[in-house]
Amino acid sequence: QRRGLRLSAPAAIQVTVRDALNQALDEELERDERVFLLGEEVAQYDGAYKISRGLWKKYGDKRVIDTPISEMGFAGIAVGAAMVWLRPVCEFMTFNFSMQAIDQVINSAAKTCYMSAGSIAVPIVFRGPNGASAGVAAQHSQCFAAWYGHCPGLKVVSPWSAEDAKGLLKASIRDDNPVVVLESELLYGVPFEMSEQAQSKEFVIPIGKAKIERQGTHVTLVAHSRPVGHCIEAAAVLSKEGVECEVINLRTIRPMDIETVEASVAKTNHLVTVEGGWPQFGVGAEICARIMEGPAFNYLDAPAVRVTGADVPMPYAKILEDNCIPQVKDIVFAVKKALNI
Amino acid sequence: SPEERPQFPGASAEFAERLEFIQPNVLAGIPVYRVMDRQGHVLRPSEDPQLPKEQVLKLYKTMTLLNTMDRILYESQRQGRISFYMTNYGEEGTHVGSAAALDASDLVFGQYREAGVLLYRGYPLELFMAQCYGNASDPGKGRQMPVHYGCPERHFVTISSPLATQIPQAVGAAYAIKRADASRAVVCYFGEGAASEGDAHAGFNFAATLECPIVFFCRNNGYAISTPTSEQYRGDGKSSAARGPGYGLLSIRVDGNDVFAVYNATREARRRAVAENQPFLIEAMTYRISPLSLSPAPKKPQPCFPWVFRPIGHHSTSDDSSAYRSVDEVNYWDKQDHPISRLRHYMAKRGWWDEHEEKAWRKSSRKMVLEAFEQAEREPKPPPRLLFSDVYLEMPPRLRRQRAELERHLETYGEHYPLQHFQK
Repeated sequence: QRRGLRLSAPAAIQVTVRDALNQALDEELERDERVFLLGEEVAQYDGAYKISRGLWKKYGDKRVIDTPISEMGFAGIAVGAAMVWLRPVCEFMTFNFSMQAIDQVINSAAKTCYMSAGSIAVPIVFRGPNGASAGVAAQHSQCFAAWYGHCPGLKVVSPWSAEDAKGLLKASIRDDNPVVVLESELLYGVPFEMSEQAQSKEFVIPIGKAKIERQGTHVTLVAHSRPVGHCIEAAAVLSKEGVECEVINLRTIRPMDIETVEASVAKTNHLVTVEGGWPQFGVGAEICARIMEGPAFNYLDAPAVRVTGADVPMPYAKILEDNCIPQVKDIVFAVKKALNI
Repeated sequence: SPEERPQFPGASAEFAERLEFIQPNVLAGIPVYRVMDRQGHVLRPSEDPQLPKEQVLKLYKTMTLLNTMDRILYESQRQGRISFYMTNYGEEGTHVGSAAALDASDLVFGQYREAGVLLYRGYPLELFMAQCYGNASDPGKGRQMPVHYGCPERHFVTISSPLATQIPQAVGAAYAIKRADASRAVVCYFGEGAASEGDAHAGFNFAATLECPIVFFCRNNGYAISTPTSEQYRGDGKSSAARGPGYGLLSIRVDGNDVFAVYNATREARRRAVAENQPFLIEAMTYRISPLSLSPAPKKPQPCFPWVFRPIGHHSTSDDSSAYRSVDEVNYWDKQDHPISRLRHYMAKRGWWDEHEEKAWRKSSRKMVLEAFEQAEREPKPPPRLLFSDVYLEMPPRLRRQRAELERHLETYGEHYPLQHFQK
């Protein structure tokens, strides 16, 4: 009697966000010789946060370049290289330091295609950790999603899970437009399940498409980056009380997939936005404005509620810092406010 | 013995036992390299690049054509026909001397006062004018202020307003070109004022550490709008050449009003930059000429150089330089030391040019410029739908919808808009 061949189910594995980013860089460096990585400490030190671990050893000086300490310098160099032939991945040690280079990012990278009437493309990726970390105080904790998301000419993505990180970074590198990739230092070490499909070298997530992480019927929660995880936790808490939240992971800040949010609001009639950044002129403000401008407004049973970082420079003391970023309890509170329960 | 040498990773010199500060002027008086004197005599025959007659004529005609175009377009700004303009008076030598020394495919990053480089490479008058007028013929689709020219075919990167941002970009481009092993150089132009920007510091530094085939070309014309060089920096007054060695750049200072000096320096720098993969810095000393119209009308005809009759080399049309420099200073440069007159003397001495040809060329060049000008005036503006393109390489759905909305709106209400001024 012969035993039939039994195929095992596709094996998902646990991968940290750091390793997912590393894989993405490795695969894209291998795939296209024009791709190269530059920034402070990216080569011999394996990256300030070890995102580029092993890459300099594997690809050498031409593909992974340690730069002098000048963000405006190396961002400018990367823009110039992108204008000619190469596809740079320019790392900012944190996006707080990108302010030193912001003219190169906005006035040059973002606007050049338009101002040169399409004759100069800038296929560049600016990446690095964004937003709050732990105990690094105000000058190392700002969220730049609203700043960069404001500018036409840029694409801006904000991954949450390991799959997001890998798929979006690969898509960003392959995109011929300038893309800002806002990572999160607090997520680097967090493991996520990565499907077999996501483990493939061709796994790419389309820029501009949000993902529904959890289906629900009573309220729509929209977030990007680390707060997505908080929303899922809040949804679990609320589920015990009979409130089912639909959690949307924006994935891309610009171009924003407002259609997914609209379809969800049409179903749930309630909206809560969650972000780490400051409230004024933030991502949540933009979502609310667009919901008002579109068909979903007619489906809202209550005004939308925003959960944001506190409107202060990030304090250093832990107890203060903890209370300046959205926590699960804040999201639960906001949902109950929106549902009037 | 090795133990007695400093072992610091950051420096490799000897120890010193005497306390002595290095004077900022240790490179004081970096000499100014020149080939001709102010009357166009070649001082050392070995330095004469011996360019063929056609090329020398091309240098002269490019400078003078630029000067003519400048005068017409400056006037057109004064008359409200274009919104803004920047002239190149007095600096024409830096443009053509360097442009002639480059290969046609060498990549040029300019600041905004290098139109002569593009003109030397054959960019037609019609397209200069089209860009200034922002009309439908403008390859730039009317997106930029005047003088922000760009031409991929002639390897001239589109001018971008923020000062000095092109410096690290030029280095990055040179790095990319080195990686592609292209035997091309990158030339990066900037003014001595822009060299104060942080981008300049970073760009020079990186060019050396990345070992790039780049020639930095500083046009030191004495002023940054109203700020004279004495206020722009300290240390041998004319700083770019003095700073270069500090960054690891081979540096030279040249007489920017001497086209052959500019040519020789650029040629050699370019050759070695490509052959040795290292950056060079050329500081071309020149002067930004200003209005003759300020001086009282002369009683009898003065030997006034006709090509700069009523030149107005303010920083831009938004500037009035009479507020910060004297007429005498300006007149000196206009009359005593001008790149166009010096080359003209050189040509005349060789029998390559005379009054008759001068007159004929003045007439025909002016005619060419006026024809191009009149055509530019007549052209319609670019079509309104171009508002939406090139924000990204592919038009996103949101913009596509907005463009369609505009088109529908114009179909119904078009008569209320001045659509006759725009191309369909």
